[in-house]
Amino acid sequence: MDSAVIVFPGSNCDRDLAVALETVTGKAPRMVWHRDTDLSGVDFIAVPGGFSYGDYLRSGAMAARSPVMQAVVEAAGRGVPVLGICNGFQILTEAGLLPGALMRNASLHFLCKPVKLSVENSQTLFTSGYQAGETITIPIAHHDGNYQADPETLDRLEGGGRVAFRYATGCNGSARDIAGIVNDAGNVLGMMPHPERALEPAHGNTDGRRLFEAALGALATA
Amino acid sequence: MKARVFVTLKPGVLDPQGKAIGHALEGLGFAGVGDVRAGKLIELELADGTSDEAIDQMCRQLLANTVIENYRVEKL
Repeated sequence: MDSAVIVFPGSNCDRDLAVALETVTGKAPRMVWHRDTDLSGVDFIAVPGGFSYGDYLRSGAMAARSPVMQAVVEAAGRGVPVLGICNGFQILTEAGLLPGALMRNASLHFLCKPVKLSVENSQTLFTSGYQAGETITIPIAHHDGNYQADPETLDRLEGGGRVAFRYATGCNGSARDIAGIVNDAGNVLGMMPHPERALEPAHGNTDGRRLFEAALGALATA
Repeated sequence: MKARVFVTLKPGVLDPQGKAIGHALEGLGFAGVGDVRAGKLIELELADGTSDEAIDQMCRQLLANTVIENYRVEKL
């Protein structure tokens, strides 16, 4: 099983994500620089958090137009699982892989703390390690995590079971407290909280580990 | 030639920055300030003869996120 972490200038969660992938799969992921376009043979793509291109213009806007994203979009179209965390979520919406947009937090504050999430759908590739309705704790660290989409899109997401995670209590102003969504095909997940920061007992919490185990385990047995 | 691109949030999209600016103006004692919307001004220096179509593509592909933002181009 080959995984890849996409690395943009300004990404700063790429190594955490690489450690998470290696911990769970036993194999170090390929670190793919944003100018590279070869993702052949990759079974799982992770788009890390951080501040790609310094968040200039809009969070994730520049990264979404970088050469590697064409390859990510193509791979997603072929059904390759793509996980975008924090800035990675922003990039996936900017690239059109997920609907909606991430705006400045309603409080205007940078938020960095563990938050409680409700698992809304445990039937996705990424969430099958959880029980539907289960409350888990995952850290957030973001300035632009306020998820917004038009009401029709929100209804479509809810109706289609595409809201993977919801904040148990509102924190950043997100429409309907949405913390993570999947695409229509179910192989692309974008979420603002950082599961890679809740992987080992030393992190103080291991609730994020089951996300990686479920998604990567499903691939290993596929 | 130069072009100015004004990027603004679509009506109805909550603008936390605009709200904060509005509160600050209120704090300074300015009465009668209603809704405040913050936006971006992007100035482009362009080769003479750059088509309107090309500028529009720049706005659509990168400068504005048309999910939440509108844009307006002013050529100088």
